[in-house]
Amino acid sequence: MDKYQFLTVLSALLFTMGLAGVVVRRNLLVVMMCLEIMLNAVVLSFVTFAVRSQTLAGVAMTFFIYVAASCEIALAMAIVVLLLRHRCSLDLAAHQDLKG
Amino acid sequence: MGGVMLLFFSLLAVLFTVLVITLRQPMRAALSLVGLMVSLAAIYACLGAHVVAIFQVLIYVGAVMVFMVYTIMLLDDRDTSYRQVFSRLALPAAAVASLVAAALWLLLGSLPSVPVPAEGGGVSFTFSAFSVAFMRHYWFHFELATVLLLVGIIAAWAAIKEGSNG
Repeated sequence: MDKYQFLTVLSALLFTMGLAGVVVRRNLLVVMMCLEIMLNAVVLSFVTFAVRSQTLAGVAMTFFIYVAASCEIALAMAIVVLLLRHRCSLDLAAHQDLKG
Repeated sequence: MGGVMLLFFSLLAVLFTVLVITLRQPMRAALSLVGLMVSLAAIYACLGAHVVAIFQVLIYVGAVMVFMVYTIMLLDDRDTSYRQVFSRLALPAAAVASLVAAALWLLLGSLPSVPVPAEGGGVSFTFSAFSVAFMRHYWFHFELATVLLLVGIIAAWAAIKEGSNG
């Protein structure tokens, strides 16, 4: 296994662990952090393939992922503050009625 | 030496990821996430993608995570999610995650090794080379990204204002 395969496996591992964190944790903020882990795993795979293929397209894509992540976190934190204000809880179980 | 550093920071990244998922207090989880971001930046630097390493530290650690830490400090997080960390789906999720990780390991580990391109034939991942190529090929996407940022700011402001009005 060369280093590019190793990093691809690492990104897959980080993505899986982030997904598991989204499922198992109850705290809204920690769920957001696990989503960030998943996003970073995707960025890692983009960079790995960009370096592997010696092209700048993957690196440019990471720039746009960072922009999207910044927007996402700004909106998500606003929603978290609103949810906390309405329900006084960060527990996902307190927001069950949001589904569907 | 580069391979050893890559392995070291990869292990560090996995360790910090485990800490984010398992730690009880959100602030400690956030600090572990900062450690993960820095480890990934070090991996990018080891790969020679210095521009992404700089982005990772400046944007993620310097902006996104600081924003998240501020939010955690503003909120009182000692509710039921503080006492009971994991949901009822913890065991099934851990089992499925283990299976998915094992499947990915087997799948990706069995892929054939592709020959590396010849030296000097590729592009440089320095900041200046990236800036020139970015503004030459992706200037329109960059403008769209600025619009997206503006829309994000307006949306966050509108959400907070709507919540304040009831």
